[in-house]
Amino acid sequence: MYVAVKGGEAAIANAHALLADRRRGDRSVPALRLDQIVEQLALGVDRVMSEGSLYDRELAALAIVQARGDMIEAIFLVRAYRTTLPRFGYTRAIDTGAMLVERRVSATYKDLPGGQLLGPTFDYTHRLLDPELAAGGDVAEPLQRASETEAMPRVSAILAREGLIEPDGDMPQDHVPGDITREPLEFPMARDIRLQALSRGDEGFLLALGYSTQRGYARNHPFVGEVRIGEVELELDMPELPFAVPLGTARVTECQMVNQFKGSAKAPPQFTRGYGLVFGQSERKAMAMALCDRALRATEFGEDVVAAAQDEEFVISHSDNVQATGFVEHLKLPHYVDFQAELDLVRRMRAEHDARENGGKMEEKREAAE
Amino acid sequence: MRGQEARDQQLERKAVMATLAQSTGDDIVRLWNEAGLPSEAELLRGPETGLVTVRGRIGGGGAPFNVGEATVTRATVRLASGEVGHCYALGRDKQKAKLAAIADALWQDPTRRNEVETKLIAPLQAALASARERRRAETAATKVDFFTMVRGED
Repeated sequence: MYVAVKGGEAAIANAHALLADRRRGDRSVPALRLDQIVEQLALGVDRVMSEGSLYDRELAALAIVQARGDMIEAIFLVRAYRTTLPRFGYTRAIDTGAMLVERRVSATYKDLPGGQLLGPTFDYTHRLLDPELAAGGDVAEPLQRASETEAMPRVSAILAREGLIEPDGDMPQDHVPGDITREPLEFPMARDIRLQALSRGDEGFLLALGYSTQRGYARNHPFVGEVRIGEVELELDMPELPFAVPLGTARVTECQMVNQFKGSAKAPPQFTRGYGLVFGQSERKAMAMALCDRALRATEFGEDVVAAAQDEEFVISHSDNVQATGFVEHLKLPHYVDFQAELDLVRRMRAEHDARENGGKMEEKREAAE
Repeated sequence: MRGQEARDQQLERKAVMATLAQSTGDDIVRLWNEAGLPSEAELLRGPETGLVTVRGRIGGGGAPFNVGEATVTRATVRLASGEVGHCYALGRDKQKAKLAAIADALWQDPTRRNEVETKLIAPLQAALASARERRRAETAATKVDFFTMVRGED
């Protein structure tokens, strides 16, 4: 017999109305506008774009408000929205070497062409809360310095001149980049697919894994060859035009991690690399991505796979926070029937257990009496 | 020689489309109204919003891989005089896409090109260039100038 139970419709509707009320909060406080979020919570917006895997500032800001600032919920909203739109195509690969750089630092070369540009960074701040910010004072315009337009080659190109670093990752000529939004994950996977998964992966998860590699689980001696943040141009090939159509510019963060490698049967001693590329200004994420990318290349270099960060199936299967939250949070949905079945089972097992125990005790008593 | 001319013209047109795509809808509308450019055109497609998948390269210069998606709005228009104009621009601004497509079509008409260039494209380009220059100068002010501390006799 199957008994369907209905109910809760009014409760759900009222709960959502209550959610809307609590989201708005005290009505005497002005409602947030999306442009305020885009401008003043810009790095939160960038995180939602990166992990929501959709470059659109206003949509990310809307998602943040709708989710009451719950980032994973906001990312979920953006992912869901993406599925409602048709796809026009794949852009030409961006050229990060031609980026309009807003920040660029290298931990490996002090004097590199283009120099060290700190940009709008939290580095070297004292991490002291600023009461003036709470008071809402005016902020001075930033200083400007005349500069010649200098080419800023990627640091990897400098090391490549000596031949001491592996080249940029190549794929066979006829390789079509994989797309995890079109095909299910399959292991082992090519590096291009792994990078797509890592770029939209959860920042916290990748950060913890990257940290674990530094603490000795899959140790690989990393240096930040370079982190650069800035705007790159996007172009799309369209059949109706004889040239690639310019779409505008998007801000991305790129990290080139350089790793010491003592050599193996497969490769001579050299520096190897991990690569990170994410939407928006998000250097912690780009660095964590680069650490994970390098750790996941263990088998390529003949390294022993001994740590979680090197286990491709483990890392990639658990890096997506929308999937993760879906599976964890579904546990709170009604499981009444499942649980009823388990309850019956445990009652039966307990009864059998008790019977065995009691039977055993009776046996002991009998033996003692004899 | 003709081939070279055609290629030059394509590059110019591409630069015009880049300027329109990078400019805000507000700026385009304001200049459009000031210039009194015609906004009638037959819509052949859109304006409609969709996605493009952004590609990067492994290691910066290696094989391409998919990074994530971006919203893009596109429009295709035809003028009464026959020119067909296109626009693809990041974001979801449909009015901008439509006007940019009309601008692309008007630009292809040799009798209208100059007007589009001077009243719309040139001011947009100037605004973009000045914003870029400002961004560059603000970043340059954060450049580290290393100096060496000399200690001891020599």
